Amino acid sequence: MANLQATTESKPVRALLIGLALIVLSLFLFLPLLAVFAEALRRGWEVFFASLTEDAARSAIKLTLLTAGIAVPLNTLFGLSAAWLVTKYRFKGRAFLISLIDLPFAVSPVIAGLVWIMIFGAKGWLPPSRMTELLAPLAALAAQAASNESIGGLFEGAAAWLADPKIVFAVPGIIIATVFVTFPFVARELIPLMESQGSDQEEAAVTLGAGGWRIFWRVTLPNIKWGLLYGVLLCNARAMGEFGAVSVVSGHIRGQTNTLPLHIEVLYNEYQFSAAFACATLLALLALLTLGLKSVVEQLSGPPQN
Amino acid sequence: MSISIHSISKTFGSYKALEEVSLEVPNGSLTALLGPSGSGKTTLLRIVAGLEFADDGPGKILFHGENVSGVPAGKRGVGFVFQHYALFRHMTVAQNIGFGLSVLPRSKRPSPSDIRDRVHELLCLVKLEGLDKRRPHELSGGQRQRVALARALAIRPKVLLLDEPFGALDARVRKDLRRWLRVFHNEIGLTTLFVTHDQEEALELADQVVVMRNARIEQVGSPQEIYDRPHSPFVYEFLGNVNKFTDPSGNQSYIRPHEIDVVFAAEYDPTTDRLARIQHLFSAGPVATLSVRLDDGKFVDIELSRKQLDDLGLSVGDEVSIRSNLPQ
Repeated sequence: MANLQATTESKPVRALLIGLALIVLSLFLFLPLLAVFAEALRRGWEVFFASLTEDAARSAIKLTLLTAGIAVPLNTLFGLSAAWLVTKYRFKGRAFLISLIDLPFAVSPVIAGLVWIMIFGAKGWLPPSRMTELLAPLAALAAQAASNESIGGLFEGAAAWLADPKIVFAVPGIIIATVFVTFPFVARELIPLMESQGSDQEEAAVTLGAGGWRIFWRVTLPNIKWGLLYGVLLCNARAMGEFGAVSVVSGHIRGQTNTLPLHIEVLYNEYQFSAAFACATLLALLALLTLGLKSVVEQLSGPPQN
Repeated sequence: MSISIHSISKTFGSYKALEEVSLEVPNGSLTALLGPSGSGKTTLLRIVAGLEFADDGPGKILFHGENVSGVPAGKRGVGFVFQHYALFRHMTVAQNIGFGLSVLPRSKRPSPSDIRDRVHELLCLVKLEGLDKRRPHELSGGQRQRVALARALAIRPKVLLLDEPFGALDARVRKDLRRWLRVFHNEIGLTTLFVTHDQEEALELADQVVVMRNARIEQVGSPQEIYDRPHSPFVYEFLGNVNKFTDPSGNQSYIRPHEIDVVFAAEYDPTTDRLARIQHLFSAGPVATLSVRLDDGKFVDIELSRKQLDDLGLSVGDEVSIRSNLPQ
């Protein structure tokens, strides 16, 4: 036993521990995944595809993509800025800000949804009636722009929304809630990474005459690109899969304010199990894809360390 | 280009890092800022570079008579070599060295082929020909250090600043590189300021040594002056091994280990000598070190040449007579 190490346990102990781990893994990870696919295909491929292509499902997929498409870039930007600020500068309240970034992780998703109803709901601080009042000048401008013959088309959507500015129980609320819940992913990934790298390379670039923007693109970003990508992946997975907060603000209007996870719940509650699981396979595939990309990113980011 | 530092102070919160420090660094000199950690030497270097700014007040930094106190680091024309080199680890050696040229405004930026030529020239200068395609993690510590130096020189700086240039290297490489840097400085003649906590390094390398302590400059002078005529007990103690004596009235006197002669106890002269017993003897290498104990219990370190020791034929436990060999 040439490769025996001081920390290696005896053979039966190893077999027991490995066996236990395998049982737990298959019971809690593989079995549920298998169940999702099995249940989705139980009534055949036709039903499977039909459940994915019916109107409500398509609208849910669209809304999910839209939400992630807005929340992920926003939070990439926010996360980068936040990480840059707290790692490259020292200021009063820095520790507090770092804790604040974690707030969305610390509060329950239900609360994360409810706060927006408190603010924008009918009995909130900024109810729709008040919003209409506040946005009236903007609405007038947009209406004017929309009536323009040549470019009016571009403003129709904005004008329509500004005339009746609904946030909760509408798409904007879903996006806001998702942005809130997924805020920490990118920042959390970048802060320890940028902290460990320090500011040496940036300082070197400064003495060599590079300006802030160039330093960011040529020095900082290449050093954090894998960490950033990792954060974006996790952020995206959560943005598409978020249930709690979105459920509170959505209002469950079928074909309008249901995201994919909400749509699955509706289907399930209506005893349409095959359809529910068919949609669930999309989220499961998203999870597998995320994991796959994540391990690729980890491998790529592995070797070149200074 | 000379550097003049006038009355610079720097505080971090309530911590005083520098207190009204003034210093002249002559054109073309190699000047060492020497001091223990926390003495303010690195802060001073960073203020000269423009990476840190001095407290508001009368303090200013002049490069060749021109006030650069408000000039940002990138416009000061300083080459800065960081303690841990701070190489851009995702770039090749050539990209690292060419970085300063490639970020110049378009109107001043050399063409890619000119940058390539300059990089090649610098690689030859620091004796790293052929390593241009390597990445920093594929280089040894000494090679990284020279890449950092070449990168700093690429922008044709007016002054060169080095923060603990040999701090992260092992002893042998350190010595080689130190000698190389001395020759290199003589060749290019660039005004150079470097920070070190190693007195041997400062004395061997520099034309001018600046000893710092507790946010202030303790003494400035040539290595010889500093070593032979220290202004304060601190400088005396910091520059090398020293035996410290306190007479009954509290006055302190110092004598270095090599400034003591050892003779046989039979030759004891009560007017100048003290009797002592050898406690420990270390004689590997050209210089032998003795630790002797005086009759009052005090330990004294003495350095002799190996030959002297062998001629005396001493061993641990022998009684000897010791006396100062300094001119009275």
